[in-house]
Amino acid sequence: MLHIVVCVKQVPDSREIRIDPKTNTLIRQGVPSIINFYDMHGLEEALRIKDELGARVTVVTMGPPPAEKGLKECISLGADEAVLVTDRGFAGADTLATSYVVAKTIQKIADKWGPVDLVFCGKQTLDGDTGQVGPGVACRLDLEQLTYVSKVVKVDEEHRRVTVHRQLEDGIEVVETSMPVLFTALKELNKVRRASLPGMIRAARYKPTIWTTADFPDLEKAKIGLKGSPTIVAKTWIPVAKAVNGTMIEGDSPELIAEQLTAKLWEGDLPERLGWTS
Amino acid sequence: MMAEEEIEDAMPDWSAYRGVLIVVEQRAGIAKKVSWQLLGEGKKLAAKLEVPLYALVIGHQVEHLATEAIYYGADKAFLCDSPELKDYRTRPYSRICLKLIDVVKPEIVLFGATATGRDLAGAIGTHLPTGLTADTTELDVEPHPSRLLLASRPAFSEKMMATILCKQYRPQMATARAGVFQSLPRNTGLKAEIVRIESTMKEEEIAAQVLDFIQGHEKVNLEEAEIIVAGGRGLGGPDAFALLKELADALGGVVGASRVAVDAGWIKHEHQVGQTGNTVRPKLYFAIGISGAVQHTVGMASSEVVVAINKDANAPIFQFAHYGIVGDLFKIVPQITEEVKRRRKLGLSALPPIPSVPLETTAQIS
Ligand SMILES: Cc1cc2nc3c(=O)[nH]c(=O)nc-3n(C[C@H](O)[C@H](O)[C@H](O)COP(=O)(O)OP(=O)(O)OC[C@H]3O[C@@H](n4cnc5c(N)ncnc54)[C@H](O)[C@@H]3O)c2cc1C
Ligand SMILES: Nc1ncnc2c1ncn2[C@@H]1O[C@H](COP(=O)(O)O)[C@@H](O)[C@H]1O
Repeated sequence: MLHIVVCVKQVPDSREIRIDPKTNTLIRQGVPSIINFYDMHGLEEALRIKDELGARVTVVTMGPPPAEKGLKECISLGADEAVLVTDRGFAGADTLATSYVVAKTIQKIADKWGPVDLVFCGKQTLDGDTGQVGPGVACRLDLEQLTYVSKVVKVDEEHRRVTVHRQLEDGIEVVETSMPVLFTALKELNKVRRASLPGMIRAARYKPTIWTTADFPDLEKAKIGLKGSPTIVAKTWIPVAKAVNGTMIEGDSPELIAEQLTAKLWEGDLPERLGWTS
Repeated sequence: MMAEEEIEDAMPDWSAYRGVLIVVEQRAGIAKKVSWQLLGEGKKLAAKLEVPLYALVIGHQVEHLATEAIYYGADKAFLCDSPELKDYRTRPYSRICLKLIDVVKPEIVLFGATATGRDLAGAIGTHLPTGLTADTTELDVEPHPSRLLLASRPAFSEKMMATILCKQYRPQMATARAGVFQSLPRNTGLKAEIVRIESTMKEEEIAAQVLDFIQGHEKVNLEEAEIIVAGGRGLGGPDAFALLKELADALGGVVGASRVAVDAGWIKHEHQVGQTGNTVRPKLYFAIGISGAVQHTVGMASSEVVVAINKDANAPIFQFAHYGIVGDLFKIVPQITEEVKRRRKLGLSALPPIPSVPLETTAQIS
């Protein structure tokens, strides 16, 4: 039976974060925590493969203890097992340190529940917003990597091949590769289901497996958390729109106004740079 | 905590790492514009650091792109040209980059923040390992001796900017957003060395097979647009977007919108400019029937020239406008379109300057 791991992350819904106009700082209070929505599309696709071919679906998250809530939500939708890796030592991780811990966890999951055939990550997170953890995990586990997947066309268990669509800026690439493979999920992939009643009952009773650094004897301390993170946030600021001291264009008729405006636009080198002269 | 500070202070000796490398992206022998934009930006960084600017071109039958990279400012171009590199695939492409980075030892490597660029950079950054900053929109360097790349990017749905450093690893890597940086003018007089490098994988060793590529319809790409004509609630309905489209066509630009116009269903979300839409930096931005709420202006205020048309002289958008017009958009926009067409047809150059009233004065008059 296929074994599918889905990487999910609980994130503050950054679309809801506002800026305090007085202090010019981010208001994070009361911002709801959600499972990164791209990850939910990854989970949904894993569950569809499970429905069609039969599979074991394990979800994993690295995060603080409240992330357990998100894992239970995944169980209510139909995931079989959920693993929370949590430790103060993991705090402050950038994408390199995160992919290290997530990859180690997937290895441990494989040891416990059997070899992993497919891994789903989201395209990117709402908070980190890098899309780097997926390729990082694939690299560390030496998996094939197919990012920006908008459709899973075929999972051929027998020949251990998969075919997907990758949505790129300029079109769709149809690509096939071998398992084990890591996908990063787009929202075009599917429509996420709602929890069933039995699912909710199972989730209410379910206790996620919790692992800490103590559960990973060979974990290199220099590669986790803040210390294992090469990138350092040196400065943050809130961009403010700068007012400009502009010119009002007036005229007795729309024709005159239009003439004056275009005359202004045609001053200087703008027409040349915008290709209006050729 | 002590240990961390010690690490912070002691900067390793990075003198073996010199130069700025741009990884050129292409499909079917046509380079992505972002690659030339990165060469333009990379040239500035390289000049500050007093090091060469390198370009790496990977593909099949792409020698002309190595030459193009030189025309766009590369001091040396590396070329890996082989049949199995026709389509982008993570493994063969990342191995070539890794090999080159190992030999050339650039201190900075930049990729476009495209699907391909992110896919490739994510694999390479982990393999090296080194720090990788995603989706940067501002790049700078500290001078010698620190030589640090100051990679700045939007965070929290564009609400905040953060500058990110990588002190303990080399090279320093970043992906950079398309349409933000300026390419240098293409100069066919430039000459530089093209160094061919060997491919590292045979076709039989590569699992991934690209079966097909379905060319997409051109999606509006506001983030890369040089000219945007945006409309808001003042348009009163979907029909008036046709007027804006005509102006955009005359100018050679694309249509944008405020959230109100998008929420009303007058135009698709991909056209939305602002906090929950696209952050745009065109050379010319028209805000038509848009009041200029902060959520809108944060997304467009970096435009080079802003023209605002609004019937309310007190609309906040005028504070961000280089040229403001108080009046009815339905009367004014078609006239501007006509005038633009006329000028473009005649190839008219600048007319004598026209006396104009400064913004603040008018605001007081009204
Ligand atoms: C969390 C959050 C996120 C948001 N994100 C965005 C975002 O990404 N982008 C965005 O745009 N907004 C965003 N908004 C909404 C924003 O606050 C404003 O509501 C919106 O920008 C207003 O759109 P508007 O200027 O088209 O409409 P209005 O504010 O109603 O302005 C319409 C303007 O048209 C003028 N007008 C009317 N008729 C004419 C005419 N015939 N000729 C000339 N002028 C005319 C009026 O004088 C008026 O100034 C967000 C809001 C929130 C709370
Ligand atoms: N802490 C984490 N735990 C589990 N998965 C993660 C974590 N962080 C990121 N991911 C996965 O990696 C994807 C990309 O994240 P990012 O690189 O932060 O944009 C997410 O959509 C998740 O699938």
